[in-house]
Amino acid sequence: MTPSISSTLIVMPALNEEESVRGVVEEVLQKLPGIAVLVVDDGSTDDTAAEALAGGALVARLPFNLGVGGAMRVGFRYAIDHGFANVVQVDSDGQHDPASVRALVEGLDYADLVIGARFAGEGDYTVKGPRRWAMVVLSKFLSVTAHTPLTDTTSGFKASGPRAVRLFAEHYPAEYLGDTIESLVIAARAKCVIRQIPVSMRARAGGTPSHNPLKAAAYLGRASMALLFALVRPPVQLHEGTPTA
Amino acid sequence: MTVASYIFGVASAVLTLIVVIEMLRRRRLRERHAVWWLIAGTLALVIGVFPPVLVWAAGLVGVAVPLNLVFFVSVAVLFLVCIQHSAELTTLESKTRVLAETAALQDLRIQALERALADSAPSKPQA
Repeated sequence: MTPSISSTLIVMPALNEEESVRGVVEEVLQKLPGIAVLVVDDGSTDDTAAEALAGGALVARLPFNLGVGGAMRVGFRYAIDHGFANVVQVDSDGQHDPASVRALVEGLDYADLVIGARFAGEGDYTVKGPRRWAMVVLSKFLSVTAHTPLTDTTSGFKASGPRAVRLFAEHYPAEYLGDTIESLVIAARAKCVIRQIPVSMRARAGGTPSHNPLKAAAYLGRASMALLFALVRPPVQLHEGTPTA
Repeated sequence: MTVASYIFGVASAVLTLIVVIEMLRRRRLRERHAVWWLIAGTLALVIGVFPPVLVWAAGLVGVAVPLNLVFFVSVAVLFLVCIQHSAELTTLESKTRVLAETAALQDLRIQALERALADSAPSKPQA
């Protein structure tokens, strides 16, 4: 195990994933032996926490649902408190292939935030129609903000390096789409280096992405709002150096 | 204006002020939330006692029908109170979020401590 992997914390936000979470945790531990896995149970009403514990993960239970952003900030704060340098977000529904975690963490050698992108050539994951167009438009705007070509800005498969972890432990947004769009804007404006690498995605265990044009339009509207407000908010500063006790 | 309507106007304003001040006194209302209601009650009382003030103020800002100034100021005060409440709600939500996260992290620490205790405890119960 390379040093960067051993100082990496896998954070999995989970909401009512009792069917998949155990298998995903076990797969991560099997493909990356010895890595620390923190499942953040985001107010689940089923046996998600017990299943994650049985799979061998640490489990933080939120008393009520905070959304992916709230769950992720628990992970970032835990990483700071326990001396983990990097945080990798992995979905608990099995969509992300744990084998790609190593590549994401290696990307942190030259970037603060590495996004595992679905449309970058690898894998068989596709989204069609209006929702795809919405994602493309968003990606164009975010590429300009982040000073790097990004094709899949709504990916939840992300690795954060030490600077991004410190930034996100304080400023990870909890609003709708905050964990994807606004967090990228916050990182870019705090002068974090953002890169994306291609990863393969698997089909979700349950449910298919919606292709309803009305829903796609609503999604684009809300995403544009999120982007606009993220851009007009005052940028947050990243305090350099180690935090003083 | 009849004497009855004059008394009605003054009484309403006084009643509003009494309710707000009494709630402040019993700490049911914090000053920063009461300030708008105090301003509105005081304005209502001034206009109730001296109705010509309303006509004068309407002339000052160029409102033809003085009553419309009352409606405008009422809506403005309600609007500002609503905005203030939305802002306070946002603050409370972000505080609740921090508390929830802290509770989850402390729960993790307790789990770790309990595990460490169980591991370090001697297998034989001590006498």
